[in-house]
Amino acid sequence: MAQAERIPADPNPSPETEAFWEAAKAGRFLVRRCKACGKAHWYPRTLCPFCASLDTEWIEGSGRGTIYSYSYMRRATPPFVMAYVALAEGPTMMTNIVDCDPEGLRIGDAVELAFRSSEGGFAVPCFRPSGVGAAS
Amino acid sequence: MARPASAYIAGAYELPMRLYPDKSLAELQAEAMLGALADAGLERSDIDGFFCGPDAPGTGPLSIADYLNLKLRHVDTTNTSGSSYTIHVAHAAQAIAAGKCDVALITLAGRPRSEGRAKGALARTDNPQQPDFQWEHPFGLAVINVYGMTAMRHMHQYGTTSEQLAWVKVAASHHAQHNPHALFRDLVTVEEVANSPLVCDPLHRLDCCVVTDGGGALLVVRPEIARNLKRPLVRLIGSAEAPKGQNGGEFDITVSGAAQSGPAALAEAGVTCADIRYASLYDSFTITVLMQLEDLGFCAKGQGGAFVADGGLISGVGRLAVNTDGGGLCNNHPANRGGMTKVIEAVRQLRGEAHPAVQVPNLDLALVNAIGGQLAVRHASATLVLERE
Repeated sequence: MAQAERIPADPNPSPETEAFWEAAKAGRFLVRRCKACGKAHWYPRTLCPFCASLDTEWIEGSGRGTIYSYSYMRRATPPFVMAYVALAEGPTMMTNIVDCDPEGLRIGDAVELAFRSSEGGFAVPCFRPSGVGAAS
Repeated sequence: MARPASAYIAGAYELPMRLYPDKSLAELQAEAMLGALADAGLERSDIDGFFCGPDAPGTGPLSIADYLNLKLRHVDTTNTSGSSYTIHVAHAAQAIAAGKCDVALITLAGRPRSEGRAKGALARTDNPQQPDFQWEHPFGLAVINVYGMTAMRHMHQYGTTSEQLAWVKVAASHHAQHNPHALFRDLVTVEEVANSPLVCDPLHRLDCCVVTDGGGALLVVRPEIARNLKRPLVRLIGSAEAPKGQNGGEFDITVSGAAQSGPAALAEAGVTCADIRYASLYDSFTITVLMQLEDLGFCAKGQGGAFVADGGLISGVGRLAVNTDGGGLCNNHPANRGGMTKVIEAVRQLRGEAHPAVQVPNLDLALVNAIGGQLAVRHASATLVLERE
């Protein structure tokens, strides 16, 4: 039986992160990378968490990753999958897995970006299984 | 390593009820204070240091200190969620050693059960200005779903099973049957835990700690004062704290801050896990205890499941007695913050005042560890090593 999908809550962009949420509304997934040490990080911030440089920039994320871990909130209304996804760019981010059979997910499954609209119309970066894990 | 000048826990009191529909938070704070004072044999006028968490309503310590009418020269409102009160013991000892106070009161009180916060799946209500909020709130972060992710990863990485996790709850129930104040006193089996309804896969209902009203208080005092009281001497001989975050997205959620605070506190005390026969471990969920045991060094990483299985944590049965009051899983979890009751039961054990059925004989050392916050996201692990003189 098809079940309603959880609608993400609104994020609250700050001056530091407005560019991310604006790009997301246009279908682009940005990742923050440090120009000094070259590493991408999550969650995005001006200060590089690795080398403490302020010389960081937005780059276009691939929107590809693998499930690092997840849990299935089966008693929530509607149920949803909480997850950490390890991005192809390196860092691991908190997200939801959508368009999936929650009981068929496995850690290590490949996933791809699937924006979902929040209550207030923000594009929230969720992920869905790519390949065999995908539900019809 | 030379032990630093330390302090003693002279008073410990746990509010007896698990539901307080007709009391204010301030009344509960007052009853906790009076209970600890009576336990120690001290007067309110002896208190000159006050340590509390955000469960004390008002700006930091000010409103409750005024309600209690304390005359203070030192305050500390360090907030690391459930581990706050464990950290407060260490901070109180440091303040006493520095000459900033002589008798430190630490309190906790809360009424989540009366206030209708008894359902575990509620979304958290953090300050939207905190920088991580917008990257977590949209996805429905709740306490149980991040602990669920920890359990799922631990199972994936180390083959841990729901049945092994269930043993943590089974041990708690074995202890709780002897505690007349425990919220749940019924013995449960591994099968009952593992077959209880899944709340957030892979965690079942009986993998989760209880929601209770209540609280407690501790009095940490200068050595000269402790020696003039009529209570057994329980001394803090080692302590350490360790906040752990997401490290810019490079993290291993199967390792907690206890991997840092445990060895540091044990080294300060000059003892090892092999010397410890009783531990109070803040059991927010069954998986938390598994992680603590591994990270503190009671077993190798990934071996927590085997350590807890077959009664490994049951007093008189296993190698290490854990949470002989029934813990947060069966007994008490006031204000959804478990760091206070853990210290209280460790003090009972060291005084020989635990229930006879669960008392560890001739106990001279106890370890306390509390992980406050969210294990897989941001948390702080606090470890204490306590000694009976």
